[in-house]
Amino acid sequence: MSMENPIAVMTTALRFADNAMVLGQRVSHWVSRSPTIELDIGFANQGLDLIGQANLFYELAASLEGKGRSADDLAFLRGPEDYYNLQLVEQPNGDFAQTVMRQLFYALYAELVFEQMINGSQADLAAIAAKGQKEMAYHVRHAGEWVVRLGDGTDESHQRCQKALDFMWPYSHEFFAYDEVDDEMVRQGVLPDKETLKSQWSESLGEIIERAGLTIPDSNWQPGGGRQGVHSEHLSYLLAEMQVLPRNHPGAEW
Amino acid sequence: MADCRGHIWQVLDQVMDPEVPVISVVDLGIVREVCSNDEALEVIITPTYSGCPATQQIESDIRQALDEAGFGDVGLKTRLAPAWTSDWMSEKGRQALKNFGIAPPVGKVSKRALFGLEVPVPCPHCDNKDTKLISEFGSTACKALWKCNSCGEPFDYFKCI
Repeated sequence: MSMENPIAVMTTALRFADNAMVLGQRVSHWVSRSPTIELDIGFANQGLDLIGQANLFYELAASLEGKGRSADDLAFLRGPEDYYNLQLVEQPNGDFAQTVMRQLFYALYAELVFEQMINGSQADLAAIAAKGQKEMAYHVRHAGEWVVRLGDGTDESHQRCQKALDFMWPYSHEFFAYDEVDDEMVRQGVLPDKETLKSQWSESLGEIIERAGLTIPDSNWQPGGGRQGVHSEHLSYLLAEMQVLPRNHPGAEW
Repeated sequence: MADCRGHIWQVLDQVMDPEVPVISVVDLGIVREVCSNDEALEVIITPTYSGCPATQQIESDIRQALDEAGFGDVGLKTRLAPAWTSDWMSEKGRQALKNFGIAPPVGKVSKRALFGLEVPVPCPHCDNKDTKLISEFGSTACKALWKCNSCGEPFDYFKCI
């Protein structure tokens, strides 16, 4: 049975909003704590890009839902069980290597997805993706260069970068764990089919990993379920902090 | 009603970008069209970056300029597609950036290789091409940080996107 189209489009908008929101929130935590001022500024700008994308996707999801909820309601008044981001993006920042590896994994994925979305049948999604694709290409560049620099750097940076790759690797499988919503979007040309996505993502990542002198781990653990609201405990803490003000002081303004 | 679109473009050309106050929203390529929609006139704008914090300021600056010039009934609409590109920046705008000490985008947007060669960005102060990238991200989302090896000055580069 195929999904009803409007629900599939709304769900897709919400999933990409949640991915961008959660990752943007994570990245913003580096502000004032980065190893250098340039990275501080870099993370601030990447966080802005992501939260900007989240806002556009939330506005679209809210209008498609048509129940009077605003973009802010969607971001601030849903609990973790109603967040549909991938588990990858909610993983802790860890050290700098872990953050950069997570950013590389997601930016490569989002760039490929947005490339397809631009040509899909949904004009509203295509417009947001056209903007986001350029931004994510830039994130890929930034994160990719850092992964190479760290992997091909000192013994310490190499070892930490390998550890980051080992940690993030299992969460990459969820990119390709499509459900009926994704299948419907593939039929409409909005999402790439999962085999194509997997081979393109793996090829791009592989090129960077090879340059960095790192090794893809031999692990079969494949955590998943983020698309359906199944999350690690990390998301609860992130949302609790992010949502505390609007939840405790509804309608507060400044 | 006489066609006053030319006048509207002139008004908009006086509205400066709040973060780079030497380039107008017209020269930046944010204003896409001034068109007539049935009876009413409409200004169509396309924001630069998804999360650009200046977007709302730009909208309200344009609104205010239109109101003050007697175009209170002219509508203002945001259009996301096609996405803004630095290719839309005018030659006049590029020159204004350079005079302000910001290197304008070099070349046209094309899909760059992951580890492609950097196109040389000439120093806006001394025009020397012996420059280097310090940081992919600069003081705002639209800029990167570079340094001139010849005159030693660091400078902002308006990213080619």
